[in-house]
Amino acid sequence: MSAVEEQRPIGYGRLKRKEDARFIRGQGTYVDDVQLPGMLHGAILRSPVAHARIASIDTSAALAHPKVHAVITGRDLEAQGLSWMPTLSADVQAVLATDKVRFQGQEVAFVIADDRYSARDALELIDVDYDTLPAVVNARKALDPDAPVIRDDLEGKTDNHIFDWESGDRAATDAVFARADVVVSQEMLYPRVHPAPMETCGAVADYDRVSGKLTLWSTTQAPHAHRTLYALVAGLPEHKIRVISPDIGGGFGNKVGIYPGYVCAVVGSIVTGKPIKWVEDRSENLMATSFARDYVMRGSIAATSEGRILGVQVDVIADHGAFNTTAQPTRYPAGFFHVFTGSYDLEAAHCSVRGVYTNKAPGGVAYACSFRITEAVYLVERMVDMLARELDADPAELRLRNFIRPEQFPYACRTGWVYDSGDYERTMRKALAIAGYDELRREQVERRARGELMGIGVGFFTEAVGAGPRRHMDILGLGMADGAELRVHPTGKAQLGISVQTQGQGHETTFAQIVAEELGIPPEDIEVVHGDTDNTPFGLGTYGSRSTPVSGAATAVVARKVREKARIVAGAMLEVAPEDLAWERGRWFVRGDPEQGATIQEIAMAAHGSLELPEGVEGGLDSETVYNPPNLTFPFGAYLCVVDVDPGTAAVRVRRFVAVDDCGTRINPIIIEGQVHGGLTDGVGMALMELIAFDEDGNCLGGSLMDYLIPTALEVPDWETDFTVTPSPHHPIGAKGIGESATVGSPPTIVNAVVDALAPYGVRHMDMPCTPSRVWEAMQGNAKPPQ
Amino acid sequence: MQVAMSVNGEERGAEVEPRLLLVHYLRDVLGLTGTHWGCDTSNCGTCVVLMDGEPVKSCTLLAATAAGHEITTVEGMERDGVLDPVQQGFHEEHGLQCGFCTPGMMLTARALLDRNANPTDHEIRTAISGQICRCTGYATIVRSIRWAAEHANEGARA
Ligand code: FES
Ligand code: FES
Repeated sequence: MSAVEEQRPIGYGRLKRKEDARFIRGQGTYVDDVQLPGMLHGAILRSPVAHARIASIDTSAALAHPKVHAVITGRDLEAQGLSWMPTLSADVQAVLATDKVRFQGQEVAFVIADDRYSARDALELIDVDYDTLPAVVNARKALDPDAPVIRDDLEGKTDNHIFDWESGDRAATDAVFARADVVVSQEMLYPRVHPAPMETCGAVADYDRVSGKLTLWSTTQAPHAHRTLYALVAGLPEHKIRVISPDIGGGFGNKVGIYPGYVCAVVGSIVTGKPIKWVEDRSENLMATSFARDYVMRGSIAATSEGRILGVQVDVIADHGAFNTTAQPTRYPAGFFHVFTGSYDLEAAHCSVRGVYTNKAPGGVAYACSFRITEAVYLVERMVDMLARELDADPAELRLRNFIRPEQFPYACRTGWVYDSGDYERTMRKALAIAGYDELRREQVERRARGELMGIGVGFFTEAVGAGPRRHMDILGLGMADGAELRVHPTGKAQLGISVQTQGQGHETTFAQIVAEELGIPPEDIEVVHGDTDNTPFGLGTYGSRSTPVSGAATAVVARKVREKARIVAGAMLEVAPEDLAWERGRWFVRGDPEQGATIQEIAMAAHGSLELPEGVEGGLDSETVYNPPNLTFPFGAYLCVVDVDPGTAAVRVRRFVAVDDCGTRINPIIIEGQVHGGLTDGVGMALMELIAFDEDGNCLGGSLMDYLIPTALEVPDWETDFTVTPSPHHPIGAKGIGESATVGSPPTIVNAVVDALAPYGVRHMDMPCTPSRVWEAMQGNAKPPQ
Repeated sequence: MQVAMSVNGEERGAEVEPRLLLVHYLRDVLGLTGTHWGCDTSNCGTCVVLMDGEPVKSCTLLAATAAGHEITTVEGMERDGVLDPVQQGFHEEHGLQCGFCTPGMMLTARALLDRNANPTDHEIRTAISGQICRCTGYATIVRSIRWAAEHANEGARA
């Protein structure tokens, strides 16, 4: 434990997780574990082709199957006005296709049967006639004049353009480029990847015809936002919808959106009057639910010959697939991509982003990306490395020379963000020291002399998380705030209701620790309730590393409200004015007479008892709050990776990975370390293995775990993690969020290492994933973006 | 058809379709939902159970194939209120986050420790390499299994 942590009172620290008890016994309740009496099973018929007109659908044979209860098609939904649903980005998405299919795997019909096997059998009995159309697969060609128009459902649509968006100052950026000594440019693809949580998406819908109440268990990271959306989509009154997000087997952004399968389960339950379970299989998950990335980025960096970075410019083509379903704050169609100036103090910067439709699955923000910061950090960290190569400078030194300095915070960057706090040099130097950077460089020289390919990759990132201030950030008009509700029972045990939802992040532990810290109630006496809209306050949910920055803040604030209520009650108990009381952990006492005091437990009992309370004071201590963050928080970190490339097979092995993260105040170091480890593993996956590719007809080539490769225990090293602590000045407890830092920071670090290893072959850049065959091609001077 | 097998030491039988997978037999017929399911291609290992003490992917076996064998699922690891050291190790060393891969990982660990009481880290990684964890990055799983090896005779309550 660091000195900083030791100074903090108990409450924060290495508390083992409360939620483990059920999981290690196999007693978690995931969506597919929900069994209701009379429950039927749904399955989705999906399009085998990427782009086609639907000539006809014949469901008669399926309906004749003895175990089938209903078959729902787009036409049936159309009659209810439900065949299309609004997306989170002001577009519409087909629930079940009526006119055309627009990506392989698109939802065409929904079968309801007695059990999951019969439902699948019946899918085979549905006959769909498709008139195949040419597919748009390459985003770079989506706006060609002869490209087929994918979204002819949209009135007057004659091309595949979605949006143009820019940030920064183009003229100022042109000016610094004009006077720069060195300019380096590179097109790089952040390929399409998939979050692929181990639990696929699914739902159990139970509509009660008598009460008109819908209970929906579903794999959602944002139960409250989903409730509101179902009210808007299905026209059900919001108080008659209860969304329960039970235990979730990993989310990573995959479970932010509303998928057609959920809506079909709801419709199915309304139609049949029975509970309906729908759980997708892995291929459906990989082929049809929210992908991530797919950004073609043309970047340039300008610098003086001494290595002073002057500016960065980037133009992006963003592939959003067939429907614009990306989950972004309304004003930011490219998310927070405009933090692409990274951790550097530049003179000017500019980006433009053009979103296009393609015949691929919709989505876009997922896989722990912090609203496109993953792409931004990849771009700037690769550009800085390429600049170092051009200048023949050490990449760590070049970064140190250009970092925003501690005294510049709060730092207004060139694209409008105000970074809250940072001490980048300290964190970087710590990472270099742990890695033994100079020694590694010496070893590299020796190995190179022997013909061995050792690479050292350096990376640094700044994230912008905790969305966000409601005057700037909303999703479909819902401000990005979160609520917290704290009840203190008469015996001093407490229940905290939060609007965010855990998919493995350990909220039941971390949030109890925040209350414990503020009130002195032991964490084991605090129950954290989440994931059920009927008994938790409203809020936007868990994604973009926002739980601790937003909901954690709400929790601290609500606990402080309880503490202030307790002060008034304690004043009445001790017969002194509340102002004469002072707080120590778990206890108000009389200033100057510390023996005279009352514990929070005694106060809780008194607040519910017969004590005469001061005028205007209600009984009890319960409180609630809604936290509207004044700014984002800006976690950062310095990463260093050592790889060895086999010159014979071109296989890349990650030998070491050092990660020094700064997420501000640390609540539970065990959980933080786990979040970092998971993200680093994602990074190895993306950098070396993972790819959702398509052939030219739009067939998905990454639709199973045989084709979509995820790291196992043998592909990753034993992580070396450490930390610095730079609290956020505006967050009530100084915490910044950690969930996505490592996913954001590790891919460029690993690619920097691979490219460094391949320097003897003259490789300047190669796109991910650095698979053996692609590395081999790069070694032959043939580096190409993946298909 | 009728199948019967020993599950966690109890004889369990049922009338099932011949094509029923063991994972669905355990989950849907017997209600033992601690065994999970995560892929269509035998890659993920969230479905791992022990058959006669050896890890098997229950999505890749028919219930009928398992008939007559001894199956152990995660629900059978705790004995008389005492956790298996592997379970305790996962809690001690933060070997789980979402918990979805955890039952399969723990059962593979149990089988490994039964034949090799003191495995190296590499042996541990190799043993679990047919299984995917999307959350933990594996290092803490390795530590958890090592914890269990070092505390082989201890059980406790988490
Ligand atoms: S369910 Fe994936 S291997 Fe069995
Ligand atoms: S703990 Fe989530 S998949 Fe392993």
